[in-house]
Amino acid sequence: MTSLRILVPVKRVIDYAVKPRVNKAQTAVETQGVKHSMNPFDELSIEEAVRLRERKKPVEDILAVSVGPAKSQDILRTAMAMGADRGIHIVEEKIELEPLGVAKLLKKVVEDEKRNLVILGKQSIDDDANQTGQMLAGLLNWPQATQASKVEIEGDTCTVTREVDGGVETLRAKLPMVITTDLRLNEPRYASLPNIMKAKKKPLEKKTIADYGIEAGKRLKTLKVTEPPPRKGGGKVDDVDGMISKLKELGAI
Amino acid sequence: MVAPLRNGLLRQATTCLRQQSAPPASSLFRAAAIHRLLSTLAVLEQRDGKLNMSSLASISAAKKLGGSVHGLVAGSNIKSVADEAAKVEGLEKVIFVDNAAYDKGLPENYAPMLVENIKKGNYTHVLAGHSAFGKNLMPRVAAMLDVQQISDITAIEGEDTFVRPIYAGNAILTVQSEDTPKIITVRGTAFPAGAAEGGSATVEEGVDPKAECPTEWVSEDLAKSDRPDLATAEKVVSGGRGLKSKEEFERLIPPLADALGAAIGASRAAVDSGFADNSLQVGQTGKNVAPKLYLCAGISGAIQHLAGMKDSKVIACINKDPDAPIFQVADVGLVGDLFEKVPELTQKLKGQ
Repeated sequence: MTSLRILVPVKRVIDYAVKPRVNKAQTAVETQGVKHSMNPFDELSIEEAVRLRERKKPVEDILAVSVGPAKSQDILRTAMAMGADRGIHIVEEKIELEPLGVAKLLKKVVEDEKRNLVILGKQSIDDDANQTGQMLAGLLNWPQATQASKVEIEGDTCTVTREVDGGVETLRAKLPMVITTDLRLNEPRYASLPNIMKAKKKPLEKKTIADYGIEAGKRLKTLKVTEPPPRKGGGKVDDVDGMISKLKELGAI
Repeated sequence: MVAPLRNGLLRQATTCLRQQSAPPASSLFRAAAIHRLLSTLAVLEQRDGKLNMSSLASISAAKKLGGSVHGLVAGSNIKSVADEAAKVEGLEKVIFVDNAAYDKGLPENYAPMLVENIKKGNYTHVLAGHSAFGKNLMPRVAAMLDVQQISDITAIEGEDTFVRPIYAGNAILTVQSEDTPKIITVRGTAFPAGAAEGGSATVEEGVDPKAECPTEWVSEDLAKSDRPDLATAEKVVSGGRGLKSKEEFERLIPPLADALGAAIGASRAAVDSGFADNSLQVGQTGKNVAPKLYLCAGISGAIQHLAGMKDSKVIACINKDPDAPIFQVADVGLVGDLFEKVPELTQKLKGQ
């Protein structure tokens, strides 16, 4: 049996329930004093890795990694409280890396840490790019299964059901492999207080981008960030007839 | 080396264009010069020998860029698909790669094939739809070419400047890219598919590096439906948690959709509760729709849901909670019990 050495990249993002506000200078979304959490899709990734272990798959270790400012440490601790064994925090205060830069860093982590399975979220809910997993697979020249809703591993064979337009499809490939998670994959657990306490003692290594000796700088230049055009809602009608006549008036039916 | 030369020229021309002081006549001339240097490859989807019409949005986006537009299709017995694509308005050339290995669009071999054809054609831009296929394939291609992809664009402001929604559509980002080629996925609802007739592109065989594919395609299970496709439908009827059960969803929503000739959508809550199939989910993590009419019942209007439908032309909703956020975006809102209002609406629409 191939033992699984799993890497789970996690990202700290503005909490999904918060409505983001564009800053006055129109250069970015306001992040100061806004609640942040682990990207929801990354919670699914950690959960899946932990469940592989619970299903008695030969999981050697689960390594969580995050690139970002000091506060990203919090979500690495959350990942460890959910069941990751250790963490690497690649500290970067100034720039928020793009998917290509992150994928290049992750490739180095995969090689350094001899990983054979990488489970990532399908997209981060801030930049909504949906790229990092695919880019990493491309750089490593590994098979990829994106938007997974079911993962089965037997020996070194992974069978993954993916969500596609109009339904699902099932793929099979051999490890090493990159998988990205979709919402339907699992229901992430809440970290219990004892596990949160235990997570504080788990190893968390600090690194910098320079330690990996790669060029991970930004390629795209942000020209501006604006609020979307507001919709003028609130046109209420009293009954079904009113609704039909209003829809006709608007040319919708 | 043609590629660096052309890219150098393109950059130079772009720089000239940016200089605001240039007289209008000359900047027009320069714009024309840029357009001659642009060449875009639109990656077209096919399934079982049929061209996927929603993937034609990448052609209309390419036309906005200007310059020449080529299309690429790959799969078994692909010549007929290529001939069909050649009729699409705006295409100059269709490149086809006839090999059953590309039928399922697996990125492990499709990406190397695409990379070879991009290099051969020296394209400045490569566009595909932001569909399951495009999302899966294009970032792998971008990484192989060492460029930062731009996902899900909704507008083009210049050959290097693109607009895309971020934070579930709560902010709109304008970015500039100096990468070559520019790898882009296109939001289908933002670039209406052009005419499938009237074009007369040449058809040419592309290069096939025959990369090995380590991934085996096992099976698929696609929801069969006679209804219009959700992503491209003119009208969408959508149900949420308020429908309470799968039985009620099926009792109330399909008849209303039938009365309107609409596709059916659902909120994440409805999908998670098992009322409707996953593939019907509208929202940040599901489908983006922008129909003429989006009529929803029992949906509160969480930001993740609004992300997928707020570009609809007319939004109508039925909800018993007058404070539900959906009323803030709805053009026509009816406060009431959906279990009474939806059947009544269905009846009255049928009677028209």
